[in-house]
Amino acid sequence: MSIDTLPRAVRHTPHRPPGRRWRSRLDVKAMPYTLVSPYFILFAAFGLFPLAFTLYYSLYDYDLAGTTEWAGLENYTKLLADEDFWNAVVNTVGMFFLATVPQLLLALFLANALNKRLRLRLAIRMSVLLPLVTSVVAVAVVFTQLYARDWGLVNWILGWFGVDALNWRAERIPSWIAIATMVDWRWTGYNAIIFLAGMQTIPKDLYEAAAIDGASRRRQFWQITLPMLRPTMIFVVLNSTIGGLTLFSEPTTFYNGNVDGGSQGQFQTVAMFIVKQGFREFDYGYAAAAAWLLFLLILIGAFVNFMFVRRIGGTK
Amino acid sequence: MTNWSPTLITRVMLALAVVLSAFPLYWMLVIASRTNSDAVSVPPPFLPGGNLGENIVAVLNNEDAHFLLGLTNSFIVASVVTVSVVIISTLAGFSFASLNFKGRNVLLLAVLLTMAVPLQQMGVVPLYRLMVSLEWTGTLKAVILPYLLNGFGVFLMTQYTRQAVPMELVEAARVDGAATLRIWWSVVLPAVRPGMAVLGINTFMLMWNDFMWPLIVLTPDNPTVQIAITSLNARFSTNYTLIFAGTALSIIPLIAVFVAFGRQIVGGLMEGAVKA
Repeated sequence: MSIDTLPRAVRHTPHRPPGRRWRSRLDVKAMPYTLVSPYFILFAAFGLFPLAFTLYYSLYDYDLAGTTEWAGLENYTKLLADEDFWNAVVNTVGMFFLATVPQLLLALFLANALNKRLRLRLAIRMSVLLPLVTSVVAVAVVFTQLYARDWGLVNWILGWFGVDALNWRAERIPSWIAIATMVDWRWTGYNAIIFLAGMQTIPKDLYEAAAIDGASRRRQFWQITLPMLRPTMIFVVLNSTIGGLTLFSEPTTFYNGNVDGGSQGQFQTVAMFIVKQGFREFDYGYAAAAAWLLFLLILIGAFVNFMFVRRIGGTK
Repeated sequence: MTNWSPTLITRVMLALAVVLSAFPLYWMLVIASRTNSDAVSVPPPFLPGGNLGENIVAVLNNEDAHFLLGLTNSFIVASVVTVSVVIISTLAGFSFASLNFKGRNVLLLAVLLTMAVPLQQMGVVPLYRLMVSLEWTGTLKAVILPYLLNGFGVFLMTQYTRQAVPMELVEAARVDGAATLRIWWSVVLPAVRPGMAVLGINTFMLMWNDFMWPLIVLTPDNPTVQIAITSLNARFSTNYTLIFAGTALSIIPLIAVFVAFGRQIVGGLMEGAVKA
């Protein structure tokens, strides 16, 4: 292209004063770095610094009196033997599965439905995104009332089918289900929209060819849509993994803003455990060590889910 | 030919999805406009009552919740973070997408990696200690600063600039003697405005909803709106009409933004998803 040759020609135009040429060289060399520097300054202050210091704190023992003592890996070994920590891990992983599996399946089918020729297309898409723009705490408050034992709507409806009123908050599995529905209500529509975007990049002639070969609609979905959707799926699953394993707002609000996660800690997540250790017990070292273990949990979760998604739909 | 028109099952499923998405919000309105005895009656009420105004006044006048202050604070926090993140991201995105410099790919990779780390959860302890030593706990500064770091924004704007601003255009402006900042201002900014809008709306909503960090670093007497609701919920946990009127107030700004920019939000989400 002739455009590539133009700049050199211009740089040699004689009427440009030398000072200006020097300045323009500096501009070309230094400006790119100047423009990205605000981000990297912030990155150093609020990214690298907290990560490095979380590691540093995790090697010390803090107590309420404010004394600090070198502890080595003691916080980590203590955590690995701490029943409360493992309880939080089990709760987090349990709620993650309970929320994510139905959520992604529903989102997939919803996206497939949204991909049809529809009237009121924008209105329907906006409605399924509505949950995303409402505040988490507000929604958790509403759901908590819907799940109330004595007058909640959910128990009232279950009553039609002869189910006795459940005490959703007091028991482990019911509380997980309640919290999972809050998470799903918020994220199913969002994930459906993301899947929909992925579906629209699949070439239409693939479907036409399959239809000519006599493949049914269902078969087309499993054999074409699903495998072609894999990149989108990876994005969605990794997103859900990070979000799900750092779950905090819903379970905290479910217990009126308390990070204990129920009377027996039956729905305390790891994020809540960290906040409790750090900001109620003021055991900063312990909380910091737990934060690193949470990060490890996320890495493991992301890896496992990534491998799982890669297998979906085979490798054709 | 493929038949793309929806079947009956599809229609029913979509209708159900729309109803379920809207229901908790409708329910919020029903309880917020009732009396407390209605809220705990069985069977529950299904239609809005006439007490909405009264309940909202009660929330705003509640001394413990500082609700109006919470709304104002949330507005300040979300606006400051949104404007800063959009500017920082647009500048960096332009640099990554349109300029050549040494180390560009490594730096861009660093941005991508930060996106995968949940910093606000991972780094709470040192961030909190930092705010204590700066004596910033309880102030909005403490909430705002950590969120100015937004890898997603830089990534989004890099992608957007790449696609919206052809390299030829940047080169041509360079030939005309425009300095880098001038190119950014006159060539890039007009072209990436839709991307900025998507990022801005996203950031505003995320900040408005943020919960864990403000809960740690703020006190109930200078709350954001989410903390104000939590205080209401903790202190008056059985006063449903009061709490629900508060939640309704807290989502009104979001719904307003959503209704105004719904088309861009849906479009932006879908575009961003395919490019990521």
